[in-house]
Amino acid sequence: MAGKVNHDYHILEPDIWPLVGSFSALTFTSGLVMYMHPDFFGNAAGFVMYAGLAGLIATFFMWFKNIVIEAQRGDHTPVVQLHMRYGMILFIASEVMFFVGWFWSFFDFALFPAPLTYDEATGLTTSLFGQESVAAVTFVPEGMQVLDPFSLPLLNTLILLCSGTTVTWAHHALIHGDREGLKQGLWATIALGVLFSAIQAYEYAGAPFGFGGNTYSSAFYMATGFHGFHVIVGTIFLAVCLYRAYLGHFTPRQHFGFEAAAWYWHFVDVVWLFLFVAVYVWGGWGAELH
Amino acid sequence: MATTAEGFDIHHGDGHHAHDHADHKPGFFARWFMSTNHKDIGTMYLIFAIIAGIVGGAISGIMRVELAEPGIQYLQWWAQFMGGGNDLNTALHMWNVFITAHGLIMVFFMVMPAMIGGFGNWFVPLMIGAPDMAFPRMNNVSFWLTVAGFFSLLFSLFVPGGTGPGAGTGWTVYAPLSTKGSVGPAVDFAIFSLHLAGAGSILGATNFITTIFNMRAPGMTLHKMPLFVWSVLVTAFLLLLALPVLAAAITMLLTDRNFGTTFFDPAGGGDPVLYQHLFWFFGHPEVYIMILPGFGMISQIVATFSRKPVFGYLGMAYAMVLIGVVGFIVWAHHMYTVGLDVNTKMYFTAATMVIAVPTGVKIFSWIATMWGGSLSFKSPMVWSLGFIFLFTVGGVTGVVLANGGIDDNLHDTYYVVAHFHYVLSMGAVFSMFAGFYYWFPKMSGRMHSELLSHIHFWTFFVGVNVIFFPQHFLGMQGMPRRYPDYAEAYHFWHQISTYGYYIMAGSMIFFFVNILYSLLAGKKAEANPWGEGATTLEWTLPSPPPYHQFETLPVITDANDYHDHRPATA
Repeated sequence: MAGKVNHDYHILEPDIWPLVGSFSALTFTSGLVMYMHPDFFGNAAGFVMYAGLAGLIATFFMWFKNIVIEAQRGDHTPVVQLHMRYGMILFIASEVMFFVGWFWSFFDFALFPAPLTYDEATGLTTSLFGQESVAAVTFVPEGMQVLDPFSLPLLNTLILLCSGTTVTWAHHALIHGDREGLKQGLWATIALGVLFSAIQAYEYAGAPFGFGGNTYSSAFYMATGFHGFHVIVGTIFLAVCLYRAYLGHFTPRQHFGFEAAAWYWHFVDVVWLFLFVAVYVWGGWGAELH
Repeated sequence: MATTAEGFDIHHGDGHHAHDHADHKPGFFARWFMSTNHKDIGTMYLIFAIIAGIVGGAISGIMRVELAEPGIQYLQWWAQFMGGGNDLNTALHMWNVFITAHGLIMVFFMVMPAMIGGFGNWFVPLMIGAPDMAFPRMNNVSFWLTVAGFFSLLFSLFVPGGTGPGAGTGWTVYAPLSTKGSVGPAVDFAIFSLHLAGAGSILGATNFITTIFNMRAPGMTLHKMPLFVWSVLVTAFLLLLALPVLAAAITMLLTDRNFGTTFFDPAGGGDPVLYQHLFWFFGHPEVYIMILPGFGMISQIVATFSRKPVFGYLGMAYAMVLIGVVGFIVWAHHMYTVGLDVNTKMYFTAATMVIAVPTGVKIFSWIATMWGGSLSFKSPMVWSLGFIFLFTVGGVTGVVLANGGIDDNLHDTYYVVAHFHYVLSMGAVFSMFAGFYYWFPKMSGRMHSELLSHIHFWTFFVGVNVIFFPQHFLGMQGMPRRYPDYAEAYHFWHQISTYGYYIMAGSMIFFFVNILYSLLAGKKAEANPWGEGATTLEWTLPSPPPYHQFETLPVITDANDYHDHRPATA
């Protein structure tokens, strides 16, 4: 094709991974359904689920590997880089709307709470709906303890805010041609990300309430859980950037892979700030602390 | 003087340029299973949509035949055929399964793939003078995720749902029917079907927005962009912002069903109405997602066959933007009877009626486009005229239903069924046939038969009106939606409605014969078979276009006619 193509757009060769990825996703979700219904599907779920997951991971790996190869080859002209900026911003916009769904549920339950009691010994929630004796209804079920927001959650807030500065440190170092600063900044960011996830896991493990049973714990675990998943994805994204930094990728002028990871990381950070203020501080306000 | 693409000869429409580098095609497997070509992916979307449309249309046939008489006729047979029991509960469950499958297939696997995936993929790059989409590989994953979603929905038919096989929840998947009411794995398969197809649509939306913002040919400002491209741009934003909320909502369904959360379970403080809010926050933009690309196609076609630029171009473009924006704040008009506060109902009534204003701008601008034009009633044009007429009928009943007070009576009756089928199976589907006949010569390089297309139009027009117009009467008389059985009083109009289905199904034979005829023996299409009214860039390319077009980008200037809203001033 060389010689006659007279534009800067990126025309790609045929590629197998979209097909593999889509059907791996189907295999994975079908495996999940089988896992959810062992009475009907027996024990085959694990195999199907992990086969699908392996296909998905292989797809992500190969897909991004190809993008990196193309980037190093110089296929990413200025206009193609602009495409990627738009693509990443729009992807993050759709992620924001995903969290809007979870916050919508959370605020619905918090602002219009149902009368519930929680038995700490059994972990069971009981609805008092329609009982005359119900006086002031609180969002957190009566008798349930919540996590102290100004303990580990505050620490996690500081960790994520701090990681926002370290990723900016890495970015400035990259722009100024300081490769060591780039690596140090990324190492620090990834370490803080892993620390955040570890503290979240520790806090989940010691939480005074279980996964389901009432709206507080449902909204709490699903919103913070999806956030935690995004932290892990963002950490992997940054780790790939760190690996690429060691390979000598990125120039002070062209390093969109790094920028996309940084944008994503800031997005995850902002979601956490909303979670911290709304769910941890305001949502549990007045309830007994663990 | 404008520079058109120089890499090929625009009078060279006979397909003999196989050795031209721009037309070098990969081998069969690589071309169709590993595609990164917007036109091939668009073709696959169209074929997929036609297959899904046949399945979805057959299911509606099963339902119409069952409804021709009061009582239960065939449902028990279908229950046994699908591997369920012979009892009445299973039979009635099959009805819910048909309702659900028809709705989900038509919305997610027929209309959306055809309009956005098919026509959007084919003609957005061509109309803006781009060589391909911004993300060609991601384009392909959008398509295959849609196919994967369809498979997941098919899987659901063969595993237990409620009181029989399949997901019988309605396309809205309302809790608690979809949670406590359907414990089998079928509903989980249906939910994941929406996850997969939704992920594909979000990626596709990202792709379209990026393509339209970044890949317009030099000189094509946003305000010179063809209205079809505008319509896809607005649609893509609706998809991008609405679908993730659905993803969250159906994930809550999944965890409520399988992992003990209580989002929609009052026993744990949850609220089924919350699900309806989340669903319709997606669902209302979704109905505009299904019609806006149709608006865009109708604008192109009416202007082409009136040989006039479309009337009020900017008004037409911003009317779609306004419909998109306001479409996000009217969702609870689907929920008037759940016990909303009366002030809430007043707000949603008023906001909903506001949408009639930009929609009216569009209808009247189409009419004004034709006014004083040099009309030619080719097949795309008659379908467009049918669209304008019948979509307006659906719009008018929409204004009726927008009233919270009136909807208290009409909610969940056949009046609603008639309303949304007027805007969908007459609005969206008519615009799709209009677009199909408009662009079929461009896509295939062959002319279809005008005679067969006109017969298809008139028989289809009669058929769908006979199906759905009587359903207004049924609704006014109180016939509820989603029931396979009814009182004797409703028999007459149900029977008429079923006759309409036979007419409509028969008319589809003309469509398929027409496609086969033109692919096998159709006259070769010129670059522009529609004459000087067709001013957008796709008509400067041969039919079919080369595998890679615009290898030298066209340049748009004020003095050329490659846009559809100003007369040529050269």
